[in-house]
Amino acid sequence: MKAAPFTLHKPGTLEEAVALLAEYGEDGGLVIAGGQSLTPMMALRVAYPPHLVDINAIEKLSQLTVGDGFLSIGATVRHAQFHRHFVEAGTLGRLLSSVVHHIAHYPIRQRGTFCGSLAHADPSSEWCLVAATLGAELRLTSTSGDRLVQINDFLDGAMSTTREPSEILTEARLPLLAENTRFGFYEFNRRAGDFALGMALVAYDLEGGKIRNARIGVGGIEEKARRLAAVEAALEGKTPDSEAFAAAAAATVADVDAMEDPTTSAQYRRDLSGVVVRRALEIAQTATRF
Amino acid sequence: MPERLRPNRKRFIGESVTRLEDGPLVTGRARFIADLNFPHQLHARIVRSAYACGQILSIDVREALAVDGVVAVWTAADMANVPNIPFRATAIQGLGPYTQPPLARDRVRYVGEPVAVVIAEDAYVAEDAAELVIIEIDPADPYLDAFGAPPEFAPGHSCEPVVINKGYGDVDGAFADAHRVIELDLSIGRHSAIPMETRGLIARYDEARDVLELHGAAKRPHWNRDQLADLFKLSPSRVELYENHVGGGFGVRGELYPEDLIVCFATLKLKRSIKWIEDRREHLMAANQSREQRHLVRAAIDAEGRIGAIDEILYHDQGAYVRTHGARVADMTIGLLLGPYRVPAYRARAHYRLTNKTPAATYRAPGRFEGSFVRERLIEAIANDLRRDPIDIRRLNFIAPEEMPYERGLSALETEVVLDSGDYDGLLGKALAFADWDSLRAKAAERRSAGELVGIGFGMFVEKSGLGPAEMVDMTVETDGSVTIVTGAASLGQGMETVIAQICADTIGTDYRRIRVLHGDTNRIPYGFGAHASRVTVMTGEATRRAAVIIRAKALDLAAEILGVDAAKLDIIDGVVLSLEGAGETLDLGEIARHLGPTSPLRKDREPGLSTVAWYHSKHMNYPYGVHIAQVRVDMETGQVAVEDYAVAYDVGRAINPALVEAQIVGGLAQGIGGALFEEFLYDDNGQPLSVTFADYRMVTASEMPPVKVLILEDAPSPLNPLGIKGAGEGGVNAAGAAIASAIDDALQHPGFVRQLPVTPQYIRRRLAETRALDV
Ligand SMILES: Cc1cc2nc3c(=O)[nH]c(=O)nc-3n(C[C@H](O)[C@H](O)[C@H](O)COP(=O)(O)OP(=O)(O)OC[C@H]3O[C@@H](n4cnc5c(N)ncnc54)[C@H](O)[C@@H]3O)c2cc1C
Repeated sequence: MKAAPFTLHKPGTLEEAVALLAEYGEDGGLVIAGGQSLTPMMALRVAYPPHLVDINAIEKLSQLTVGDGFLSIGATVRHAQFHRHFVEAGTLGRLLSSVVHHIAHYPIRQRGTFCGSLAHADPSSEWCLVAATLGAELRLTSTSGDRLVQINDFLDGAMSTTREPSEILTEARLPLLAENTRFGFYEFNRRAGDFALGMALVAYDLEGGKIRNARIGVGGIEEKARRLAAVEAALEGKTPDSEAFAAAAAATVADVDAMEDPTTSAQYRRDLSGVVVRRALEIAQTATRF
Repeated sequence: MPERLRPNRKRFIGESVTRLEDGPLVTGRARFIADLNFPHQLHARIVRSAYACGQILSIDVREALAVDGVVAVWTAADMANVPNIPFRATAIQGLGPYTQPPLARDRVRYVGEPVAVVIAEDAYVAEDAAELVIIEIDPADPYLDAFGAPPEFAPGHSCEPVVINKGYGDVDGAFADAHRVIELDLSIGRHSAIPMETRGLIARYDEARDVLELHGAAKRPHWNRDQLADLFKLSPSRVELYENHVGGGFGVRGELYPEDLIVCFATLKLKRSIKWIEDRREHLMAANQSREQRHLVRAAIDAEGRIGAIDEILYHDQGAYVRTHGARVADMTIGLLLGPYRVPAYRARAHYRLTNKTPAATYRAPGRFEGSFVRERLIEAIANDLRRDPIDIRRLNFIAPEEMPYERGLSALETEVVLDSGDYDGLLGKALAFADWDSLRAKAAERRSAGELVGIGFGMFVEKSGLGPAEMVDMTVETDGSVTIVTGAASLGQGMETVIAQICADTIGTDYRRIRVLHGDTNRIPYGFGAHASRVTVMTGEATRRAAVIIRAKALDLAAEILGVDAAKLDIIDGVVLSLEGAGETLDLGEIARHLGPTSPLRKDREPGLSTVAWYHSKHMNYPYGVHIAQVRVDMETGQVAVEDYAVAYDVGRAINPALVEAQIVGGLAQGIGGALFEEFLYDDNGQPLSVTFADYRMVTASEMPPVKVLILEDAPSPLNPLGIKGAGEGGVNAAGAAIASAIDDALQHPGFVRQLPVTPQYIRRRLAETRALDV
């Protein structure tokens, strides 16, 4: 469990970093951010990057700021920075701090990054689910400049994205949520800190006692985290009650194309998808402000 | 004696004194094998099979050999003179052809099997070069389900080397006369001990002394020394095994594995020290696995629920080769299956079968974790069939205290099973009161009526401990008054130094902190039988007590002469000999040791030194017993089971250090809950292991552990040793599967729901679908 030989580059500026990636990216050179996914893969010799471009010394990638209607998360912002409710981000800040504790364990959250999770694109990544459900916009930077990509055009399947090997994911932007947005997150895993077998994030606005603008996403169920339009439609304009939630669960089960792996059947995951959506809806309904 | 005359007399046996061995462990100064280095050492990396089954067509080592820093790359052809890994023989014949060569010869039989070894100047270089060894294999279909008909292992040898038969009484007659026959088909998954420290070895050839040293020994240093001497044709005194700190063993650590033979071979050949440290991924596919069994079991009962006979067929998945334990686990599973119950007639057949998985052997409570699950499921099925309370059915079938010692008419571990002492009914009563059984049940029922799926269950068990055949200690009082004990038993971190010191301290009359227990060095003591089978406190403990009795007598004899007081009027308190009358001169143990020095005139014709050797021989094991009580909550929709609360009651005869007994129980329980709910070595259809990281092999963490209440009882001391000690190492794991299965049944209000361990969410969901389909 020792990594194969590689060369480590530690650029101090983004310009140097993209230049290095332009040089080595095509031949398997990779960005290393928190290293919490990449280093285990290298130790297990599942990944053999000949060059690593360490972006941790690049000052401006560490910023976490609120912009005009969005939260901007730089490439080296750690999971742990969301442990406490990020007040400036309002409702979104509360949402992120309620999700973050489900990611791995405390020490891993000190190193692992939000953007690294998106770039890694694990189907069970909580941040991929948050980004997909809320509609994140991503900034990809290379020697030819920046391009902005919607999360749905970025996630391409299990551990796969449309990022070019020469590009660095420099920023993720999450839209801020309205003050009256209700949200709920529910995750099922075998042990505390394990990757999710299934999870759901729901957010909706409550207007006149009715559900409006529902955003319902599931993760860990399909190859990539996805918003479920059919389920959102089933909830639109409904009173948030057990009947509506049961209908949403049924719509979820009908809609998902559940993954199968050697230890978990598609049937199990499909059943689970309805359960996690219903439980997330129940949490959104009962959660008081915290 | 009037109490006021012994003001300072301290007793250590029965006290939860702090552990002597903890200093270096908690300050980061311990020395594990990976911490040890020798000058000019080389590093070994094992190249392992990527196939579960197949013919080796070719192995190309040229590219690996060309790497800068690589010293040697060897395959089976280079080690042709080294015999296969030996096993500890029992009466069971015919296992020889199934043993494992240190490097695969012609065929590979499991993923992870050593095929070649790279020796290099640096561990990194070795690992890089290992990837360049090209092994060409013609894969064949693996044999993965030991329930299926066994194929050929080699020409003329089936994958079933032996069927072990045990039993007594008229089983067929009992079934013919039975009021009812209860029948179950039960399975236990494949799991194992995963000690925090992986295996590791350094072999060193000491040219100056012409001695082969092996560092990193554990569990059975002396047996391993003798075998290595035999394999490499050296006299045993030219092989020395050394134990370092050991980060857990639980049965898997300290056996002879391919790697032990490989590093010894390499050091003898290259005359340089060879270091090998197992990584976690290797550990999860190379260290012994355990437990995987299927049981077809039947009971003949009368109208009250009394057992007339049990008929059992076991399919035991041994994995790819016979290893050091031979067929012991299958053998003791059926030898110890019956637990605390009276069973007038019994017949068992154990099909011991070799599959294409990592080889199996013992893991904490081997055969008993499995057997308790089977037996307790059976008892509950009987109760359910007769609509009786399972507690009543247990009570009806318990062996009574008056029947002790109770000869089972069965053997296990080459000894006759004679239950030495026990009050099973008494323990059950105390345990139910301790756990507040009635109110637990009532509260669970209340929560169930509110819609939660909560249940309480329990499992009874009889453990075994104190396996012989013998143990010796060499005890010396040094001239500073401290006591040094050398034992051939080993320490796996369980606290044996402390416990042995406590026994010695009370017997001599000194403080346990003045006692040093040395172990794990075959050079210091000629014999030792190791640390396994919950035997150290019993065997080394009793040998220690005997030695301490002799030391005390020797000390008093000389002191009486010097002080001019009758020895019967002297006592030793806190290491000082003094008169019971409370007046007069005193002598401390160090002074007495000096007076017994070879040139001391006061010694006269006494043997020099305040020292002795003492032996304890035992033909029989003894049998601690207990009960596990579990409370679980089932999430019907996800299938997840959470253990909410837990209690264990365990009669260990005599608890030398209750805190350490409790620690053994709680630690064992973490492994038991793992086996009951989480841990499983899974293989795909090609025999590829699916559980080779901690993400896939799920051990319980602090978050999954319930609060545990422990009741330690001393109601049935063992008559086999004067202190009445029984071992405490394995009771914490033993009935965890049984109790949790019973609690899940109760939560779902569905007796007999659980038929397999571990009870995973997917298993719960499948069984729910199955039982609902049956209900329709
Ligand atoms: C025991 C354990 C449990 C875990 N449990 C969870 C869990 O429950 N949920 C979860 O979501 N994650 C989990 N993780 C993974 C963890 O959250 C990682 O931190 C995260 O997935 C990746 O972030 P990172 O910064 O560590 O990325 P790295 O490991 O540094 O990189 C991962 C991949 O992304 C690429 N990459 C990283 N950053 C960028 C960038 N800015 N631009 C382009 N490419 C980039 C790298 O090249 C690499 O291919 C777990 C990890 C461990 C070790």
